[in-house]
This record gives sequence, C-alpha cells and structure tokens, in this order.
Amino acid sequence: MNMSTILDHSFANVSLLAGMTPRIWYAIPLIVVISLVYGATRHENLREILIHAFRSAVWVIGFMSIIFFLIWVAGFWN
Amino acid sequence: MPEIVYPQESGEPIVVDLQDPYWAAFLAWIWPGAGHFYQRRFAKGFLFMICVLSTFFFGLGLGHGRVVYASFKKGDMRWQYICQLGVGAPALPAIVQSMKTKNGNDPYWVLCERFPADYSMPSMAFRTITPENSNGYTGRTLKDGFMAPPAGPIHPEEMDPRTQVQTDTLGRWHYDYKHYFELGTLFTVIAGLLNLLAIYDAFCGPAILTPAQRERLESKHKKRR
Repeated sequence: MNMSTILDHSFANVSLLAGMTPRIWYAIPLIVVISLVYGATRHENLREILIHAFRSAVWVIGFMSIIFFLIWVAGFWN
Repeated sequence: MPEIVYPQESGEPIVVDLQDPYWAAFLAWIWPGAGHFYQRRFAKGFLFMICVLSTFFFGLGLGHGRVVYASFKKGDMRWQYICQLGVGAPALPAIVQSMKTKNGNDPYWVLCERFPADYSMPSMAFRTITPENSNGYTGRTLKDGFMAPPAGPIHPEEMDPRTQVQTDTLGRWHYDYKHYFELGTLFTVIAGLLNLLAIYDAFCGPAILTPAQRERLESKHKKRR
C-alpha cells in the first residue's frame, strides 16, 4: 500500500465519520480546544487551566446561545 | 536564561524558567508543544500539542487533504494559508507542493486524477477519473496532490450553466466536498491561530495576574457596580 492510498483511506474514514455528525456538533471540539489553549496561556498550574477553560467554555456557549436566540427571534419577522 | 516568578497570595510562588525564549518560540512554532518541552513544561507542552495538532489534522481530514495549500495567484488568493502556517512543520508540505507544481509539474503524493478542461466530454471536465468512467483515457490528466494547489487554470468568474459549478478544479473541490471544505479550512486556520498563543506562552510565559493586578481589576469591577 503506497502513501497516497493510505492518505486517501484516512480521509475517507474521517468523511464517513463527518457524514454521520450534525453540523452543530463541530462547534464542540473547537470550543474545547480554544478554551483549553486560552486557559493555558493564563495559568501554569494544570488545575487552574482546567477551571479557566471550563469558565471560558461556559461563556462561549452562553454567548452562542444568545446569538442563536436573537437569530431565532428574528426569524419570526419573515 | 530568564526566569519569571509569579507571586501567589497563598502558597509557593510559581517559577517559570523560559530558557532561551527565542529558541523556545521557534521550537513552539515548528512543532506545537516542542517549545514547552524544551523549557521542561511538559504538561502544557502535551496540552498544546494535543489541542493544536488534533484540530489541524481533523480539519485536514475533513477537507480530504486539500484545504491546506499555498496559492497566491489571481483568482485563488489563499490567505487562509498564512494562518494555517502558524502550525509550523505540519503545514510546510504545502510550500513544497506549491514549488513543485509552479511550472505545471505534477505534485508529490497524488490523491486522485481528474479529466482535463479540454476533455472531449465537457460534462466530465475536472471530475475524478475512476476505473468505471475512464473509458480507457490515457491522455494528460489533472492531479490532486496532498496539500497541493488545485491543478489547472482558475476561472473564478466562469460557471457551468447546467450544474452551476465553477469550471475549474477548485470549484470541483467545493462541489464534491460541500461544507466540509469550509469546515476543514476553519479547523486548520483555528489550529494555526491557537499555536500563535502557544508560541507567545513559550516566549513570554503565561499571562498570570499578579496579586496587585488582580486587586486593581477587582476594584475596577467594584467601581462599575
């Protein structure tokens, strides 16, 4: 099996997984990694990083929910 | 060897030894987390490496290995690559591919071959060649390479009237991979930008608030209330 075939098979597997996932769920890994990396730039201790990351994630989800609610309400003006 | 001491209200102060910050920043760029390993900050190094690389490779997989490429020509100004380059070495094959395909040469690591623009059946132009649809075609083909720019000319303004698809390889990628192409681009761009934060952390240390800064911030909040 050459390099191109291996790459092609790997991408096909990711696509198969992606095809089964509703689009909104793609936000979850992004929120997790962004919160963790941001938390890690503000603390050195792993416990504090996780606490900060959790707070950031809650803040991001809250902010996204407000935007979602506003767009959902705006939809009634159609 | 700059050493930063962060005084804490309770307990031991946090001491971060940045070693040579310039070298650490370079290592952090070339491989996410490597700068922190050099500074012996292993937990953070692993955290940055896992977060940045998993995001990057997941995005690359979503975009079938085509979303990270270096192209700065008219009609295909891939500004996203500047952000993706923040990941360092994992994004560098795109530069190799760009140089290899510059004069119309075939890329390394070919993922698939496509019918050329002047193929006798126009509806098949830019489509992937498979054993079922090849009809024994042996002429010149357009090759999609791993992290290679789209092969063939780019026509941003031309659309196929029947399929409403751009009549070039890039347009075909968007048509074939749909929103995954954009999602893959987004994931890889975010991975590159996140690594910039990791590089900053390796160069300057964490932006921990000192007790005096914290006090100032809290008094500001109180005033607002």
